[in-house]
Amino acid sequence: MSKRTLELELATPGVDAQGHATRVPLTAPVEPDLGGEHLLVNIGPQHPATHGVLRLVVELDGETVLRCIPHVGYLHSGFEKLGEYRHYNQIIPLTDRTDYLSPMSNNVGFALAAEKLMGIEITPRCTVLRVIACEMSRIISHMVWLGTTSIDLGAFTPFLWAFQQRERIYDLQEMWTGARLTTSLTRVGGLMADIPDAFVGKLREFTQTFPKTLDEIDRVLTRNAVWAGRTQGVGALTAAEAINYSLSGPMLRASGVPYDLRKDKPYLGYETYDFDVIVGEHGDVYDRYLVRLEECYQSNKILQQALDRLPDGPINVDDPKVILPSKTRAMSDMEAMIFHFKQVMEGVKAPVGEAYVGIENPKGELGNYLVSDGTAKPVRWRIRPPSFINLSALPKMAEGHLLSDLIAINASVDIVMGEVDR
Amino acid sequence: MKTVGEVQSSNYLLAKFENLVDWAVNASRANSLWPMPFGTACCAIEFMATAASRFDFARFGMERQAFSPRQADVLICAGRLPFKLAPVIRRIYDQMPQPKWVISMGACASTGGIFDNYSMVQGIDTIVPVDVYVPGCPPRPEGLLYGVLLLHKKIKGESLFDHVRRRDEQPLDEKGLRLAPETIDEISEPFGNSIHQFRSS
Amino acid sequence: MIPGVLREAKARDGEHIVYVARERLLETMRWLKETPDQAFDYLVDVTAVEYRDRERPLEVVYFLRSLSRKVDIRVKVELDAADELAVDSVWSLWHGADWLEREVFDMFGITFTGHPDLRRILMWETYAEGNPLRKSFPLRGRFSRAEQVRQALNANPEAHYSLEELSIADAGGDLPEDMRERLKRGERGTIPEPGSRE
Repeated sequence: MSKRTLELELATPGVDAQGHATRVPLTAPVEPDLGGEHLLVNIGPQHPATHGVLRLVVELDGETVLRCIPHVGYLHSGFEKLGEYRHYNQIIPLTDRTDYLSPMSNNVGFALAAEKLMGIEITPRCTVLRVIACEMSRIISHMVWLGTTSIDLGAFTPFLWAFQQRERIYDLQEMWTGARLTTSLTRVGGLMADIPDAFVGKLREFTQTFPKTLDEIDRVLTRNAVWAGRTQGVGALTAAEAINYSLSGPMLRASGVPYDLRKDKPYLGYETYDFDVIVGEHGDVYDRYLVRLEECYQSNKILQQALDRLPDGPINVDDPKVILPSKTRAMSDMEAMIFHFKQVMEGVKAPVGEAYVGIENPKGELGNYLVSDGTAKPVRWRIRPPSFINLSALPKMAEGHLLSDLIAINASVDIVMGEVDR
Repeated sequence: MKTVGEVQSSNYLLAKFENLVDWAVNASRANSLWPMPFGTACCAIEFMATAASRFDFARFGMERQAFSPRQADVLICAGRLPFKLAPVIRRIYDQMPQPKWVISMGACASTGGIFDNYSMVQGIDTIVPVDVYVPGCPPRPEGLLYGVLLLHKKIKGESLFDHVRRRDEQPLDEKGLRLAPETIDEISEPFGNSIHQFRSS
Repeated sequence: MIPGVLREAKARDGEHIVYVARERLLETMRWLKETPDQAFDYLVDVTAVEYRDRERPLEVVYFLRSLSRKVDIRVKVELDAADELAVDSVWSLWHGADWLEREVFDMFGITFTGHPDLRRILMWETYAEGNPLRKSFPLRGRFSRAEQVRQALNANPEAHYSLEELSIADAGGDLPEDMRERLKRGERGTIPEPGSRE
């Protein structure tokens, strides 16, 4: 029998006399030897609080989690195998469906990797539009996270507020790409379409009113005694542990590691934007909440800057072997028709070699590793899944906490099973 | 309510009574369908959007999402279903009490969608009987609501007294399959342009 | 300079690739992690590549990053497909390799010696069709659709707990003797006969 003596003391969580959130570890007394067996409980794969089809096998000593073993693979869709049978542009719709909470970000990540492999430089307008797409995706992903985490911890209203903001971004996504969720925005060398005229005005209006919703959510949650009590001191990971477990994104930054791919390995011109990298201190669920909330403010700021600097010009690179010519030209000009035919029937061939590009997805570092043998279909398409790797730290985080804390910790990892299982 | 087909009883009053009972039962069933959201992938997000304040399917009676199948009326399979998850959905379906209906939301749940590969079930109807298929990838919330309304219409056409139209349990056969193997293979075969998608280079 | 290097190359994205012999992998990785002026403390990814050209060996690819020096490196180990596909696990150096190596094991069949809990992660444990990402594995799987449905419905992943899980729950003492022996031998059970579902 594995004997674990957990030293715990009573806590007064939440808020001190001045109304500030206090840093009190959540602990409670436990009698060391009440006897009895440990209970093995199966949570999922169908469960409202597992954020998808995740199965957790939990060993409990009373209410305390001694060990938690996640089982994944219940949404394994064979993306990487499918990618070997598709042209590069045909893989773009597949990327929407891995991390379906922030589809445009996935599209951009894959397109960057394919362009790196093929040695294509995108136009300035395309660069800024892709930044806008990534930051919009960051906002909607964090809004889902916020909504579902509050529901898990008992607060239903922030879910409705968050989803209402998501609907506004969905309107923008639909205006741009025609689809609310499966956007397939990018193409290798450019984008599927330019933004319509009303887009800039509507997005600017969004950036002006969105912080008010964030303020409301902040007012409701941040200094709330119940929220702070359930999230402070729960699921903490030190910086060294976070690095050793290969965490990325808000999980890594909440543990105190100031690593953000947008600043440390910049892409799409992020080094020219003015924004802060939000770094936490304790690495618990509360810090992850604060990091993600503040990241929404920063994304808003980046969106405003991107809208201000949006240059005119073409969105697609001027290479007829990579970009489909316009329909009128393809129907009238022989050379354009041949280019059109070759791209559709044979696909764009990539040179022999490999390329890896990691971007700062809302969940963490999303990497696309493409290996090519000179044909139009990749030999290997590897998605470096941030949620999969972040989730592997769950057993470490959950040890010693209560079962209800396990739900909070699971929510704080911000997993999307489409990406975990691919 | 007009019934389709023959009136069951030859006694006029009894027949009218049966119609009345059917109407009352079907209306109460249809107007308070509590969904069991078996949400797996992207369609689950559109399902959540349908549940949120903009589209709000609570106004169609689906007020309480029953996460326990024992308390649910309709199983909404929202999202793709890999083979690893197949026994889970079958068990969830078996755990639901009668009367129960199934809505297959999205292209992947209906036919396997874009995932014609080793890991994906090519339509949940190979595993559970489906009443309404909602196409789309993902279907818009309005599409899901239309599917729910179609289910309402289907329910209102049922009858407790006509054994043809009554809902009955459809068990698995001795091999553990719902349909004959040839049928499963036939409905899972790709068709049209899909047959060209299996060349690796 | 790096010990155990067979040859070096450069990727199209400018990154440095280093090919290491299989026997010297763990030593090289430890050197890369622990040498102060290398300090590759962050494992980005572990994956494997099989080329369409059957003459080329399989490659196990490790993406390493030094957060402090802001440098990346890619380490590759070549495995001949005809030989035994096994490589040392780097879990002892980076715990992030835990699930990543399990996934490579599941998808390619490459064994990682020294891994604490090497079992299938994405497919269910009694999956009988093979290793999906190998080029010899067809896209739609090896069995017919009806057979895949039958095997899936009878597989019942929740009935299989790993030996670790069972011993944690201390049920180990209560299990029947033959089951304990089977689990100790590492067998994960078989697909039950049709008609014998619970």
